[in-house]
Amino acid sequence: MSSLPSYASPLQRTWHYTFRVICGLIFFFLVFPILVIIPLSFNAQDFFTFTPEMLALDSAGYSTKHYVDFFTNPDWQKALQNSFMIAPTATLLATVLGTLAAIGLSQPHVPFRSVIMAILISPMIVPLIIAAAGMYFFYSRIGLQGTYWGVVMAHAVLGTPFVIITVTATLVGFDNSLVRAAASMGAGPITTFFKVQMPLILPGVVSGALFAFITSFDEVVVVLFLGSASQKTLPWQMFIGLREQISPTILAVASIMVVLSVVLLTVLELLRRRSERLRGVTPA
Amino acid sequence: MRQSLKDLREAVANKTHTRLGTRLNYEQSGFSSLMRKSGRAVEKIESPDVKGQLIAADSAWGDPVIWQTLKLYSGTTTKGYFLSAVDARQSIDGVEMLPEGERVYLMLFGRTLMMSLAITLLCALIGYPVAFLLAQLPMRTSNMLMILVLLPFWTSLLVRTSAWKVLLQQQGVINDLLVWIGLLGDDTRLVMMNNATGTIIAMTHILLPFMILPLYSVMKTISPSYMRAARSLGANDWTAFWRVYFPQSVPGIGAGAVLVFILAIGYYITPELVGGTSGIFISNRIAYHISSSLNWGLAAALGALLLVAVLILFYVYDKVVGIDNVKLG
Repeated sequence: MSSLPSYASPLQRTWHYTFRVICGLIFFFLVFPILVIIPLSFNAQDFFTFTPEMLALDSAGYSTKHYVDFFTNPDWQKALQNSFMIAPTATLLATVLGTLAAIGLSQPHVPFRSVIMAILISPMIVPLIIAAAGMYFFYSRIGLQGTYWGVVMAHAVLGTPFVIITVTATLVGFDNSLVRAAASMGAGPITTFFKVQMPLILPGVVSGALFAFITSFDEVVVVLFLGSASQKTLPWQMFIGLREQISPTILAVASIMVVLSVVLLTVLELLRRRSERLRGVTPA
Repeated sequence: MRQSLKDLREAVANKTHTRLGTRLNYEQSGFSSLMRKSGRAVEKIESPDVKGQLIAADSAWGDPVIWQTLKLYSGTTTKGYFLSAVDARQSIDGVEMLPEGERVYLMLFGRTLMMSLAITLLCALIGYPVAFLLAQLPMRTSNMLMILVLLPFWTSLLVRTSAWKVLLQQQGVINDLLVWIGLLGDDTRLVMMNNATGTIIAMTHILLPFMILPLYSVMKTISPSYMRAARSLGANDWTAFWRVYFPQSVPGIGAGAVLVFILAIGYYITPELVGGTSGIFISNRIAYHISSSLNWGLAAALGALLLVAVLILFYVYDKVVGIDNVKLG
């Protein structure tokens, strides 16, 4: 399939190229909506579509005013600040808890392993609206609703399953005799963990942490319910903006976030390669 | 009768009678104003003619339905919310369905299921060729193309939803393009947003990576020699694919489909922003009852039903794929 043999019939040839065109269209469908907002965010008008000036590539049709608005408008700046206050703390919590859970669950003697696993993974599967509603009722009773720590804890809960999954995956390739070797040479469990196990499972931990970060950074449903105005995050501000007063500043924010996700994607790809190198698997 | 008066006085003293009115109003309209009115009048009522004075305060007290409803909901627990969630209600004659025109939630559950199915089907149809191509190409090329799948996967949900809002609007990019080409007149612009079409297009795009990635990982394990063997035994391309390759890729379709369906059924943000009124899901109704109408009991009942559906699917997913085998990226 990857390359046509020289004896291919005309029909096979036609299908071969038709199939590629179809796939090309699907890739276009996947990427076009994301890429189209980048040029649109430089629109000099407050429209959500290409103006004739923009199509004529006239420099008068383009401006950075939406970006200027994002960086000077106090609402957006507060939201950005809140996002960067909440996401790292939630990520830290999720990473520590998730890594510990994954290591614990990888031990063969843990009873009810699959049940515990299912419960810990469930925040990823349960519809967000249900998780948000449940947390809202529960957190209001214990006074966490509308507080910074309430939002952080809720986001940590949502991020933990990703850390558990990625760390569990790296632990599959982890050789447990290394731990025994370290112990036999007199290292305590804590030293063994930080000096032997941690460096080897680090790629899994970091990619889990990235997932947890993006979960918190991108999360809007839970924060809508649990947060008060002083925890308004970037996605919240975008959600309000999209629902009520549509302002083109959203496109500028969206473009910045696309660039951010490209950076994240690159980091993850580099991590994956490093992990494969460490395990001695050479990419084909 | 005296006991009722005593209870009502106590409720007024604790200022809970308006809440009682709001709650009973869900079951029988008229209770809210009845409670407010009677609350003001209750201090002046004296025995012996409690009944007459109650009716004088609000004529609704003379209606037996009011008393029957009171009796029906006097217990400490109720299945009223769950009945409302499936468009039924408790009446004096037992459980009955609401009249045809008032059945909102069953319709909404049905729509959520149908639209999630449509999205899952579309994802499978669109995702299969791409996963197939990625699995056939040499590693270097497929890694490059994989970035095109992973970029949307990693992009913020709100960014993708706003992109679709920009594209699908009546004054948006797609309509402008079609008008510019001449396929559409300026007055016949397509309505692709604030309806079910908008929700389906946007959600298919958003959930497509969740179909492609599990499909790809299953297809990677299918050895190409099976197809070659089939062809050497005289099968043509189509037969070799359909009889040999496709059955082996079915577990991937299953894994992807259950995942996409589970995610779709509980979606909130995208239907809320591009769905209008005809494209919203049950989640949007739950959110509405929590934050706007404050009917928390009904929200909880609707949520519980949705949760049960998802947990059943989760169980199926665990049996088909195994949670331990969930992979990310």
